[in-house]
Amino acid sequence: MTGDRDIENMKGIMRKDMREIFLKSVLLGTILMVILGAGCIGKESTESTASGVTNPPVQNEPAHVQDEPIKVQEKLRMATTTSTYDSGLLDVLNPVFQQKCNCIVEVIPKGTGAAIQTAKDGDADLIFVHARGKEDAFVNEGYGVNRRDVMYNDFVILGPESDPAKIRGMTSAAEAFRNIAAAGMAGNATFFSRGDNSGTHTKEKAIWDATGIVPSGTWYNSVGKGMGDTLTAANEKLGYTLADRGTYIKWKSKEGFELQLLVEGPVKGGDPILKNPYGIIAVNPEKYPDVNYKLAMEYIEFVTSKDGQELIKNYRVNGEQLFFPDAK
Amino acid sequence: MSGSNSSLEFLFAGIIQAVDLIVRMDPYVASVTKVQLMVSGVAVILSAITAIALASAISFSEFRGKELLRTAINTSMGLPPVAVGLVVFLFLTRRGPIGFLDLIYTPAAMIIAQYILATPIITGVSITAIESIPRKVWDTAYTLGGTKLDVSLQVLKEARLGIITAILAGFGRAIAEVGAILTVGGNIVHQLYLGGVLQDVSYTRTLTTAITVETRQGNIPEAIAFGIILLILSFFVNFIAMWVRKRSVG
Repeated sequence: MTGDRDIENMKGIMRKDMREIFLKSVLLGTILMVILGAGCIGKESTESTASGVTNPPVQNEPAHVQDEPIKVQEKLRMATTTSTYDSGLLDVLNPVFQQKCNCIVEVIPKGTGAAIQTAKDGDADLIFVHARGKEDAFVNEGYGVNRRDVMYNDFVILGPESDPAKIRGMTSAAEAFRNIAAAGMAGNATFFSRGDNSGTHTKEKAIWDATGIVPSGTWYNSVGKGMGDTLTAANEKLGYTLADRGTYIKWKSKEGFELQLLVEGPVKGGDPILKNPYGIIAVNPEKYPDVNYKLAMEYIEFVTSKDGQELIKNYRVNGEQLFFPDAK
Repeated sequence: MSGSNSSLEFLFAGIIQAVDLIVRMDPYVASVTKVQLMVSGVAVILSAITAIALASAISFSEFRGKELLRTAINTSMGLPPVAVGLVVFLFLTRRGPIGFLDLIYTPAAMIIAQYILATPIITGVSITAIESIPRKVWDTAYTLGGTKLDVSLQVLKEARLGIITAILAGFGRAIAEVGAILTVGGNIVHQLYLGGVLQDVSYTRTLTTAITVETRQGNIPEAIAFGIILLILSFFVNFIAMWVRKRSVG
């Protein structure tokens, strides 16, 4: 009898084994199918792009070719700043363009310095950034062509309500920075810098240059990351920082955000040094033949067109206009 | 695909500049390395003290919920660093329960995060090391008239190589981790005058977090330099671990 029970047990174990094997093979099969499927799709798309160039249309199936041409969506790689991306502006512009061109816009959000570097490495078709000096260098070095103005907004100086550096309402950004540095040296204030060669960081350095002060000391914190990270740090430590107005507008209604706008930019009648112009540049196809120059130019035409400029003008966050179109 | 030659050159140029940065002890590179070693070192020392106490308590005594505790420790050996970073951040943020201590974005915050990450690993591996000590060691110590404490100390002594391996594993995890310290440390450098030259000096920037930011900003030589130092460190840790293991076997 015990033998019978053993056999029964073994059957049970085998049944369990079988079930396991079955389940495993189903899983494996599914994975294989997904991989094969992806492979086929990949192959199909390369074949169809190639067919336009090399292969003559297949004579046997002209109907297929005419009725349903397999259209591969072209891709435009845009290296841009975190401010255009985080502000949500591209979520308005890009879908309209994608519909027009039947293409996909792939956005690579980085600081301006990094966005330009991405394009210099040939990993982008187009840059949409804000640091005029660096943009001009990009074009002069032969990496970019057809630079156009798109829009502008401005920077503002944020700080804690207690305002230990007493900069509230100042009309000179340089004067405000001088006060922050003095309060920082005295141990009463801290400043948080992007420190990432972004457009905002470039502007910050320009303002320090205007003060004649080289910021140094433990009060001057360089974060090396994006606007959001820098605002988080400045808010946590109740320090001063320079921010683009767009990001500030998005952040000011956030739960727990306590920094206040202390010095205005030119959009609201403040210091002109705080103006923040955005430019768009196509990557030079002579430098990188692989870039999608045609699509890049179409995009530039689109954002500088009446339609594109209208979209920029009407874009609102929390009821406020973020960007002011100025394409010429 | 345009010219594999130039891409190789790009790589070599980066490596050469990186080696140069390391060899001439660039102050920025040195300060980042120092912060990494300080933060991970202190975190692992604190972890080791806690872990050895915890592992002893679990191995040498019986109590209710022991198995549950072991399971909890084993589960936490693989805690995702970013999640630990988030939890520590939520506690330390100005609005958090202990925000008044003003620890967020300081090396102390990073030490706390790495302590939480390393402790379960060191505890878990230590328990295995202690329990792999043959029963006869325990029994001999006991029959020689040792008290419970004597027995425990004797067993711990026998298990020391395993415990050292455990500590090295904890250190290895701490220096390889980026998610937690990036969130709670803030990746901050200060600009200071060193010998009359304005220098970036790390405050809460470590090798791992520096690699992420330098790469993103296109500062490839710096990124490679940090990568090399990090690799040397992990190699060193693994080398010691291997040596310890050999000794414990031989």
